[in-house]
Amino acid sequence: MSITATTKARTPLRPARILLHLFLAGAALAWLAPLLWAIYAALRPYSETSEKGYVSWPDTLNFDNFTNAFTQSDMSHYFVNTMIIAVPAVLLTLFLSSMVAFYVSRFDFRLNLALLLVFTAGNLLPQQVIITPLYRLYLLIDLPGITMSGKLYDSALGLVLIHVAFQSGFCAFVLSNYMRTLPHELTEAALVDGASVWRQYWQIVLPLCRPAMAALATLLSIWIYNDFFWALVLISTGENMPVTSALNNLSGAYFTDPNLVAAGALLTAIPTLIVYFVLQRQFVSGLTLGANKG
Amino acid sequence: MTTETTKEIPEAAAVPPPGAAPAKKVSQGHRRLLTRRDRLTLGLMAGLPTILHIALVWVTALASVALAFTTWDGIGFDSIKWVGLENFKELFSNNPQFWPAVQHNVIWFVVLIVIPTPLGLFLAVQLDKRIRFSRVYQTAFFLPVVMSMAVIGFVWQLIYNPDTGLINSVIGANEPGKYIDWIGDPDLNLWAILVAASWRHTGYMMILYLAGLKGVDPSLREASALDGAGEWQTFKNVIFPTLRPTNTVVLVVTIIEALRAFDLVFVFNKGAQGTELLSILVTNNIIGESSRIGYGSAIAVVLLLISLVVIIPYLVATFRKERRA
Repeated sequence: MSITATTKARTPLRPARILLHLFLAGAALAWLAPLLWAIYAALRPYSETSEKGYVSWPDTLNFDNFTNAFTQSDMSHYFVNTMIIAVPAVLLTLFLSSMVAFYVSRFDFRLNLALLLVFTAGNLLPQQVIITPLYRLYLLIDLPGITMSGKLYDSALGLVLIHVAFQSGFCAFVLSNYMRTLPHELTEAALVDGASVWRQYWQIVLPLCRPAMAALATLLSIWIYNDFFWALVLISTGENMPVTSALNNLSGAYFTDPNLVAAGALLTAIPTLIVYFVLQRQFVSGLTLGANKG
Repeated sequence: MTTETTKEIPEAAAVPPPGAAPAKKVSQGHRRLLTRRDRLTLGLMAGLPTILHIALVWVTALASVALAFTTWDGIGFDSIKWVGLENFKELFSNNPQFWPAVQHNVIWFVVLIVIPTPLGLFLAVQLDKRIRFSRVYQTAFFLPVVMSMAVIGFVWQLIYNPDTGLINSVIGANEPGKYIDWIGDPDLNLWAILVAASWRHTGYMMILYLAGLKGVDPSLREASALDGAGEWQTFKNVIFPTLRPTNTVVLVVTIIEALRAFDLVFVFNKGAQGTELLSILVTNNIIGESSRIGYGSAIAVVLLLISLVVIIPYLVATFRKERRA
């Protein structure tokens, strides 16, 4: 292996390189195997697998399980629920955390470090630390006429709020680091011209943060989409569940047909996979923006 | 509703002040140039998000601490009774699930840090070699990180199911009498779940290390190669030491992941015997049959204390470094 370091990189077809490719390709395939297995199971009719066993050649491969899972469990309804929660939550998180980041990074007020510390630490807490009082709080807050349940509990609004509160810590941290790299002259010049603080934020700083905001938006969409826990505890009506948490009920109802459950699980994963493939760069840079700073 | 109300306030304050005093002089503290209106705007910009965050995250965390010293059935505030350390006493000495849960959280962390973390580092080092198809490999390894833990739980059940799962089908253990119950057997199920958790964690660690490796000065590598150091020596003596900041992040992320572990276990077997975790015990006291608020909070406090022991030194170190920078 020591040859690799001494000879120049990018020269193809040395034995060590071929070996490395073989290893990586094998490992990558092994990594995808659980997913491929799930796809294979989901493509086969239950009657066939129960007769021939799961490790067997297929006679029929079709999308029946997918269409059945989608229609029987009314999955489109749960996808809509997710959108109702995720879209406002992502926008609001970015909006609020960018304001905090702007304040913290542009104005050297005494509190800024403490503020950022509170936000970031809050984001690192396990959700279960706060869930008991949060659950009680949501039951206590009456919102007649505003939410369907008349409370913060069992409402999309409640989920949006906790997502925003929880995720804004991470975003504020990342964005304030990003804003700190912008030259101070930008806002100073604007200040001299008499631009208000709000205009400095909205028209000067925010447009420059577009790359970081895009990365965070991608990351947040996937995280919030994938959330399982908040909805599990804070939503009681099955009908109001976002799709990831509703999956649990689906599996309960169809546990006798693993192929159908596999299809349902894969269907829920599709939106995240699409976002990931289209915006891979954004996602990865979002994830490392925060971590790199450590 | 939330979007409108919260937006309204800052925007109302955002109207450029009529005839805002043209600035006199730029000083490093912007403060002097701020109009009263600007100060109000700034106050709202920082204040509103802070209030929301503190109310829902920190007030509730403190409420967990307070409730841990009480009993409460959740019906009216009158029934809250101060019991001192009673909940903790019962938890430490009288709860057959508590110590196993602590142990499982620790095992969770140890497994993640010992297996998928070095594996992720190894993959990152290989993929950092300006290798062809690097993106394709990265995508494959990273794919599980994008999927929800719930989906991962269902995908791996297709592998572990005693009757229909891949493993038992292949080794012929899916007949009565020969069953290997990967999900139900308390000696096996935690390890089975940890395989799935490691599957996901590897990709996460790989991406963090890849980002760290990108920041390594290439001239370091060249200098080391010129000195005749082999690949392993270069890695051990030159590259790894410069990855220190990444290692810190990786350590913190892994501890937090181990404390947060919940979804996967819940989907697998609801945290039945063999897979108890602190997070599961807390949740069972809310959505389970018995709602023991004080008792559940006591478990949450244990979780909170462990988390803060990790979070606070990390953040203090991070921010101190930033301040110096």
